[in-house]
Amino acid sequence: MAFDYDKYIRPGKLPHIWCPGCGHGIVMKGLIRAMDSLNMKKEETAIVSGIGCASRLPGYMDCCTLHTAHGRAAAFATGVKMAKPEMNVILVGGDGDGTAIGGNHFIHACRRNIDMTYIIMNNYIYGMTGGQFSPCTPTGAKASTTPYGNPDPGFDIAKLAIGAGATFVARGTAYHATQIDKLIAEAIQHKGFSVVEILDDCPTTYGRRNKYRSVVEMMNRLKEVAVPVKAAEKMTAEQLEGKVLTGVLHKVEQPEYCEQYAKVLQRAQAAK
Amino acid sequence: MAGRYEIRFSGAGGQGLILAGVIMAEAASIYDGIQAVQSQSYGPEARGGASKSEVIISDGPIDYPKVTKCDALLALTQEACDKYSHDLKEGGVLLIDSDLVLREPPGNFKVTKFNITNTAKNEVGREIVTNIVALGAMVALTGVVTKESAEKAVLSRVPEAFIDLNKKAFQLGYEKAMAAKG
Amino acid sequence: MAKKVAFLQGNEAAAHGALYAGCKFFAGYPITPSTEVAEVMSAELPKVGGKFIQMEDEIGAMAALIGASLTGLKVLTSTSGPGLSLKQENIGYACITEVPCVIVNVMRGGPSTGMPTGPSQSDVMCAKWGTHGDHAAICLVPASVQELFEETVRAFNIAEKYRMPVMVMPDEIVGHMRERIVFPEPGEIEVIERTGPSVPPEQYKPYDTSYGDVPPLAAFGSGYKFHVTGLNKMQDGFPTTKAEIVQAEEERQVRKVEANKADIMKWEEYLCDDAEVIVVAFGSTSRSARFAVDEARKNGIKAGLFRLITFWPFPEERLLELSKQVKGFITPEMNLGMCTGVVKGCIEGNAPVLGIFRVDGEPVNPGQILDKMKEVK
Repeated sequence: MAFDYDKYIRPGKLPHIWCPGCGHGIVMKGLIRAMDSLNMKKEETAIVSGIGCASRLPGYMDCCTLHTAHGRAAAFATGVKMAKPEMNVILVGGDGDGTAIGGNHFIHACRRNIDMTYIIMNNYIYGMTGGQFSPCTPTGAKASTTPYGNPDPGFDIAKLAIGAGATFVARGTAYHATQIDKLIAEAIQHKGFSVVEILDDCPTTYGRRNKYRSVVEMMNRLKEVAVPVKAAEKMTAEQLEGKVLTGVLHKVEQPEYCEQYAKVLQRAQAAK
Repeated sequence: MAGRYEIRFSGAGGQGLILAGVIMAEAASIYDGIQAVQSQSYGPEARGGASKSEVIISDGPIDYPKVTKCDALLALTQEACDKYSHDLKEGGVLLIDSDLVLREPPGNFKVTKFNITNTAKNEVGREIVTNIVALGAMVALTGVVTKESAEKAVLSRVPEAFIDLNKKAFQLGYEKAMAAKG
Repeated sequence: MAKKVAFLQGNEAAAHGALYAGCKFFAGYPITPSTEVAEVMSAELPKVGGKFIQMEDEIGAMAALIGASLTGLKVLTSTSGPGLSLKQENIGYACITEVPCVIVNVMRGGPSTGMPTGPSQSDVMCAKWGTHGDHAAICLVPASVQELFEETVRAFNIAEKYRMPVMVMPDEIVGHMRERIVFPEPGEIEVIERTGPSVPPEQYKPYDTSYGDVPPLAAFGSGYKFHVTGLNKMQDGFPTTKAEIVQAEEERQVRKVEANKADIMKWEEYLCDDAEVIVVAFGSTSRSARFAVDEARKNGIKAGLFRLITFWPFPEERLLELSKQVKGFITPEMNLGMCTGVVKGCIEGNAPVLGIFRVDGEPVNPGQILDKMKEVK
């Protein structure tokens, strides 16, 4: 029997705004399968986003959904989670939203290790505003604001998250659709701040400027560059050139923020 | 007392002058049952630089919270004395540290001076209580709050372990000012 | 039993007012001269089961505040000029999404870093026009430590009652000065709670105007699922660009304050009945003004004080009435004419408005006001 996505989708809110060939819908379906596998209650789950194409995802989900200001998802979500630690809090957004304007909130959410899951759909571009380069756009790539090629080096989101203190970091791609739900489910189950980067595509504003002739070509690129962490262990540096590791990249146990704050409450009340 | 009495504690940032002002105001408003407002002004630096703490004491409501014509001024440093003595009224009380303020401002004031900082350092044993020595002296010289209330206010503001130290500082300041006043 | 009395700083009183009102969440970022508010909240909130978080920046603090409010908590942040500029993005978000929150902004010199420890009253326009787009604004400007406590309680009441951000703006002098405060007993000052939904979750709409201009607000995690967005939205909370809906919603969000001005506005008239010259002032400047008015009366000048307690909404109608009886208004303020301009704008040229402006980090003193009274002929 086919999986019933409708039970997590808000009635009447589809079709979505995403372009044909965009991978965001694949990620949303992965999120739904992950939530279903964990039996997550919709009314006890908050999905929080910033601004951008990926940030429209919460509107389609039949949960407590918060579509905030550009880059601010992690900060809004921190308020929700801290005020109500028993809620599941999931953040979704794109690479520009999360690592440029939202970079500060992102690294501090990682540092606090607050128990939330952040799904970053990295399509290397600001799609909604028409294809300007983001901090994740590869050097040399064309964007509407890099007509002569991008001079900037890009961020490695996973390394950024690990460096900032996130205790669970994974990476998947929109091509490897069946892996997405497993990575997200493991991230949600992890106690602490978890980051799942999904390499995605934007045929409309990135593909056509960078000589990808079709969505299939973009998807094939994702297939080709991805190397599972296990497989990478057996590969040489030469073989790994130009590849991107996928799977669970980092997983450690550290005190979680809301639990730490619960101890503050205990200490304050004991001293009263 | 009748009407408004305006006191300014001045010195260098870090000398505890704000606290001295707060204690004086608490003595009036919490323990003596009259009105008081305390305010302060300081530069961006929390330590060093001239700093002032102002206390207005009155038997009626206090509208303007700042000094208009200063009735009593404490100056622990030369810089503070130069900067904050301009509006001390004729016949006003001026208390200065005799080791640190060598140029007195021109004017007709009731000047009292003794080695405030060194009293704290050498006779009480801790320089950190300079503000409480100065407070004891200001209580003696102004007479606008009772000695008992001021002592109570001091003790309510200091940690248990430092009560004796502060009691001694307050008492020495009070006595030395009375003696120096002549 | 005698009431609890303390000698407190204004900022500390604001924090205690918030606690009295039932505040259970604070998010902030350190900034002079407001930090004492955060310090008291960090110590006191955990004792009553509340939460305190110091965020990575002012923007994040405002964001976390709104997130926490959406779970049903009463929330507070505190800041000062440069922080207020940063918070404006999400203050706008709280306006359009209609999420209650209270912002204590202690006014210091500006623009930019300005004079961090110097007093000012130059953020009152920022309270109304700081965030982009049309929206209502409520700004309270208390003048004493006791009033800062009480107006903070009232700010929470207004925020919850009208589902919107409310600003409390003491100037640095009021924020930092210490006075005796008498703590009201629980129940002595009214505390208003948020109106939650009266329908089951499947029928709930977060902007259901069948309840009037202020729709009930459910809490995340209480069984109600709904969508919140900074886009223009429909009654069910989902985005729309339909002209008639956007127009009606924008108008409603301004109307909910305009139509309830009488409930929100507060001012004090002192010796205004027969006054020929009225000083319009707020915050610490109103204390100088009252001192000056008393002095003037002793000298036979018929002076009065019109003390603003809300700056927004501004009591335009009452000042227009008074303008018909006076020879002139005097508007002392620690800025370059913000209140003066508003007074001029509402009195239809009936009387001259003479401003006294100080932006040098010093308060307007009573002598300056007395001197200005001589210019009113």
